[in-house]
Amino acid sequence: MSVDAETVRRIGRLARIHIDEDQVESYRTELNSILGFVEQLNEVDVEGVEPMTSVMPMSLRRREDKVTDGDQAEKIVANAPLSEDNFFMVPKVVE
Amino acid sequence: MSLVDTRTPTPKYFISGATGDWEMVIGMEVHAQVTSESKLFSGSSTEFGRPPNSNVSFVDAAMPGMLPVINEECVRQAVRTGLGLKAKINKRSLFDRKNYFYPDLPQGYQISQFKDPIVGEGVVKLDLGEDGEVEIGIERLHLEQDAGKSIHDQHPNMSFVDLNRSGVALMEIVSKPDLRSSAEARAYLSKLRTILRYLGTCDGNMEQGSMRADINVSVRRPGGEFGTRCEIKNVNSVRFAGQAIEYEARRQIDILEDGGTIDQETRLFDPKTGETRSMRSKEEAHDYRYFPDPDLLPLEFDDAFIAMLAQDLPELPDEKHDRLIAEYGVTPYDASVLVAERTSVDYFEDVARGRDGKLAANWVINELFGRLSKEGMSVEDSPVSAAQLGSIFDLISQGEISGKIAKDLFEIVWTEGGDPAKLVEERGMKQVSDTGAIEKIVDEIIAGNPDQVEKVREKPGLLGWFVGQVMKQTQGKANPQAVNEILKSKLGI
Repeated sequence: MSVDAETVRRIGRLARIHIDEDQVESYRTELNSILGFVEQLNEVDVEGVEPMTSVMPMSLRRREDKVTDGDQAEKIVANAPLSEDNFFMVPKVVE
Repeated sequence: MSLVDTRTPTPKYFISGATGDWEMVIGMEVHAQVTSESKLFSGSSTEFGRPPNSNVSFVDAAMPGMLPVINEECVRQAVRTGLGLKAKINKRSLFDRKNYFYPDLPQGYQISQFKDPIVGEGVVKLDLGEDGEVEIGIERLHLEQDAGKSIHDQHPNMSFVDLNRSGVALMEIVSKPDLRSSAEARAYLSKLRTILRYLGTCDGNMEQGSMRADINVSVRRPGGEFGTRCEIKNVNSVRFAGQAIEYEARRQIDILEDGGTIDQETRLFDPKTGETRSMRSKEEAHDYRYFPDPDLLPLEFDDAFIAMLAQDLPELPDEKHDRLIAEYGVTPYDASVLVAERTSVDYFEDVARGRDGKLAANWVINELFGRLSKEGMSVEDSPVSAAQLGSIFDLISQGEISGKIAKDLFEIVWTEGGDPAKLVEERGMKQVSDTGAIEKIVDEIIAGNPDQVEKVREKPGLLGWFVGQVMKQTQGKANPQAVNEILKSKLGI
């Protein structure tokens, strides 16, 4: 698998990361070398091996259906650049 | 999913275009909010209408380092719903991240289930009245997080974001493309809502957004290849669903008949205009880059867990429908009306138990529901209780009052309340079954109207006139059956 310049731009847009046109080539090379490194794993024969989901044999922890959190609106919006009446304020997004 | 056509084209549903007939193909993705106290992966409340951002934990706000822990009740609710949809329950399911950016999605991804949902294929039966019954396939049901809410009308160039809904558990219920008309689509939504409400797994409150539908619509030549579909997002009422589908099918037919092609796209329905319009084109919106959520292990449970939930399942609408017919002798149509709401059918059964089921169905549906809907009330706030209505029926069956007087009595109980038996006594509403008294009145009327007596012997249909006279004299209290018999014997017809 190899990444071309257009894929670099697309990944940038999807991740909301601004990529200058003169950076595209260096990102392309870096991504390809990372992919190349990971692709070495393809040499391992995993036929019939269950995908591992946890290092320790354990099952998904569950929680009781109880309200144990919340009522801290001020804390929630404390880091917001802009807020009003404990709402986050963001540049207008209308569909 | 592979598209399989399970239906035989029904000409009744065809839409005629300039170049011939067309058929709609509809599938739905219904998002139903799970009834639970707290959210899917956090301990904050799901209560509706709280002040902004007060039902938000650091998990819901996606603060760094916070980890999701699944709510076991939401798992139970999903399994219950699966059982109610006669669906395959998957004892092992996985959570995936669906990645996209939006201000009301603080994580930058929604935790959902992609490849391995908790519930697989099931079925919903629709009763289409005279068109019979049809089975609509369920493709799958999966658990996922709801997003927050953006409000756009508070500020000229800013949107306000409230995360109270962020992280609330949703069940996405995906149907197969088995629906063929807007009427079927409406019936499907209503039936699904009824099932969820019976199960108690979603309150079905569409105005509050507890249930919303994404509707896939395409058109084709009857029985032909599936066409390209458009998805109408976030429809929040059964009526709007019908309107949106009708509009969208017509729009697509017009394009195709003009030689155009349908672009697969997402559209919005505007209830004010009754039209659908294209959402701002997001060419990359569908690149969700799903991958397994590394914060969550597979969700696993055993057969005993499923069996325990199955055991406590309530009687479902279809079973109740069949039982009403078998036990109370009501018509299939009446049974469908009654089972639509659990409160309605409970009321009916309280009235009908040990009494005449057909009469009870007739009264409950026509008199009571008719009156309630006229006043914009629900069964829960009916001024006439099931016990009171039952006691009115007892008075009818004991011959104490006639059906006509019963309606007057119903009116009195509705407006004034009180014990029907006492009211009949106090207000002299008892019907006169005393044959002696009726005979006396009949004799008087026969004696006073020799012309009519002459005519009725030739035209027995005139008997009604005599009945009317007797009723007039007794203020409607004479037992109609007794009046008829006495009149017939005295007039010799």
